[in-house]
Amino acid sequence: MAIRRTDSITSFVIIISVWEITVRLFHVSPFKFPGPGEVGVALWELAASGALLDHVIASLYRVTWGYYLSVLTAIPFGMFLGTWYSARRIFNPLIQFLRPISPLAWIPVALIWFGIGDRPAIFLIFLSSFFPMVVFTMSGVQGVRRTYLRVADNFGLTGLERSIKVILPAAMPEIVVGLRITLGTAWLVIVAAEMIAVKSGLGYLIVDGRNALRMDRVIAGMIVIGLIGLCLDWLIRKLETLPYVIWSKRRK
Amino acid sequence: MKRFKKPMDKVEVRNLTKSYVERRMKARDPGSCNYHEKCEVLKGIDFRVKAGSFTCFLGPSGCGKSTLLQIIAGFEKADRGKVLIDGKEVTGSSSRHIFVFQEDGLLPWLTARQNVALGSRHITDPEKRSSEEEDYIEMVGLQGFEDHYPHELSGGMRRRAEVARALITNPDILYMDEPFGALDFVTRLQMREEMLNVHSMFDSTILFITHDIDEALQLGDQIIVMSERPSRVKADIHLDAPHPRDLSSGHLAELRKEVYFLMGLHAAL
Ligand SMILES: Nc1ncnc2c1ncn2[C@@H]1O[C@H](COP(=O)(O)OP(=O)(O)OP(=O)(O)O)[C@@H](O)[C@H]1O
Ligand SMILES: [Mg+2]
Repeated sequence: MAIRRTDSITSFVIIISVWEITVRLFHVSPFKFPGPGEVGVALWELAASGALLDHVIASLYRVTWGYYLSVLTAIPFGMFLGTWYSARRIFNPLIQFLRPISPLAWIPVALIWFGIGDRPAIFLIFLSSFFPMVVFTMSGVQGVRRTYLRVADNFGLTGLERSIKVILPAAMPEIVVGLRITLGTAWLVIVAAEMIAVKSGLGYLIVDGRNALRMDRVIAGMIVIGLIGLCLDWLIRKLETLPYVIWSKRRK
Repeated sequence: MKRFKKPMDKVEVRNLTKSYVERRMKARDPGSCNYHEKCEVLKGIDFRVKAGSFTCFLGPSGCGKSTLLQIIAGFEKADRGKVLIDGKEVTGSSSRHIFVFQEDGLLPWLTARQNVALGSRHITDPEKRSSEEEDYIEMVGLQGFEDHYPHELSGGMRRRAEVARALITNPDILYMDEPFGALDFVTRLQMREEMLNVHSMFDSTILFITHDIDEALQLGDQIIVMSERPSRVKADIHLDAPHPRDLSSGHLAELRKEVYFLMGLHAAL
C-alpha cells in the first residue's frame, strides 16, 4: 500500500514538472496555458474566497440527487427485468435503444422540460446512470447461480425474502461494478450539465473562467474535478469490501 | 376383498422420462448427443424407497443421477412419469425435503451460522431457535467457526455446515448429491461414518448419490445402479447387513464384485 501511494505521488510530481518545464521552455502565454504556479495561485484564491467550496457543494448536491434517484429506481427495475423473462423481452429492446443516446443529447430536452436550475442537471445525471445501472443489475440477476435459487425455494423463502436475501446479494458483485461505473459517468456528465443551465458548480466555474479569459481558473476547475472524481471512486470502492461483495472475490 | 394397510412407500418413482436439448457445442463424453438435438437422459425409471431407509444411487458420470434427484425433489419437471412422496404427486420443492447440493449449496454471503439459520426458520421461539442452531453447529463440529463465511471454511467444514442446515429442519427426506465428492480420502471416510450416525439418530429417509461403489455398499439399505444414458435402473439391490460393514469377505464381498461388474469394471478388482 505504501509503495502504491508513493508511486501515484511520483506520477503527479513528474507531470507537474513536465508541465512547468514546457511552459517555461516555449514561453507559452498564460492566456493559452498557464503554468502550475499560476494555477496554484488561482486555486488558492478560489479556495480562500469560499467560492470553490460553494461550487463543489453545488456539483455534489446535484450528482447526489441524480445518482441516488437513478440507483433507487434502476436496481429494483433491473431486478424485475432480470427475474421475469417476459418483462425482459418487452423492455430490453427499448433500453438498448435508449442507452447509446448520449446524456448530452438530452440537454435541450432537459432544458425544455425542467427549465433553468438544479432540476435539468439532476435529470441528466439520472438519465446517464439509469440505463447502465439497469443493465448491470439485470445481467447480475440473470447470472445468479441456479443452486442459490433452489436453496431459497427449498427452505421455503417467500418471494420478497428470495429477492432481498438471495437474488440481491447474489447479484451484488455485478451491481457494485455498475455503481462504480455509473458514479464515474455521473461525475463526467455533471460538468457538461452545469455548463448550460446553472450559475454554480464546477462546470459553471470552467465556463465562467473561459468567458473571463482566465485559463488559470479553467485548469484549476479541471484539477478539482479530477481530484473529486478520484475521491468518489475511492469511496465507492469501499463497497467492494462488504461481505455481500467480497465472497465473489475470495472464492477462487 | 379387505386388505391390510401396509406401510406406504416413502418415495415411489414411476416410469420417469426426461430429455434435454443439448446446448453444448462440443460433446464432452462419448455417446453424447449432437448440438441442438434432443438428448434422452432418463428413460423409464422405476423404483420404490421405504420410509426411513438409506438409498444410494450409483451410475456412470453424466447418466442423469443429479437430474433424477432434482426431479424427485421438485426442482425440475419430468417429461413423462410420476414421483409420489407419501402417495402424493410431487409438484414442487418442500421445506420438509432438503437437498444437499453437488456443488456448494451454502449461500456465500452468509456466515456459517446465518446459513444454518435458513433451516431453523420454522422454530418460532427465538431463544429455542438460537439454542438449536448452536446444538447443530456443535453436532457437526463447527463451534468456533459460526461467524466464518463459507470461503473461510475448508471443504469438509462447508459440507458439514450444509448438512447441519439440512438436519436442523428435521427433514422428512434428505437428498444428497455426491455430498463428499470433492473431499480428500480421509475426510470422506469421516463424513461417511458421520452419515451413519445421522441416519441412526434421525428418522429421515435419505437418497444419496455417489460414484463410489464402496461408499454405496457401506451406507445403503438399498442400492440403485443406473445404466449409461439414456438411463434405466440396471439393478435395484436391497441389503440389510449391520453396520459397520466388512466388504472384504462373505456375502458383501460377492455383492461388491457384482456391483463392480454392473458398473462395467472388470479389471479393477
Ligand atoms: N439443464 C440442462 N440442460 C441441458 N442438458 C442437461 C441439463 N442438465 C443436465 N443435462 C444433461 O443431462 C445429462 C445428465 O446430467 P446429470 O447432471 O444428471 O448427470 P450425473 O449423473 O449427475 O453426472 P455426474 O456424475 O457427473 O454428476 C448430461 O448429459 C447433461 O449434459
Ligand atoms: Mg451429478
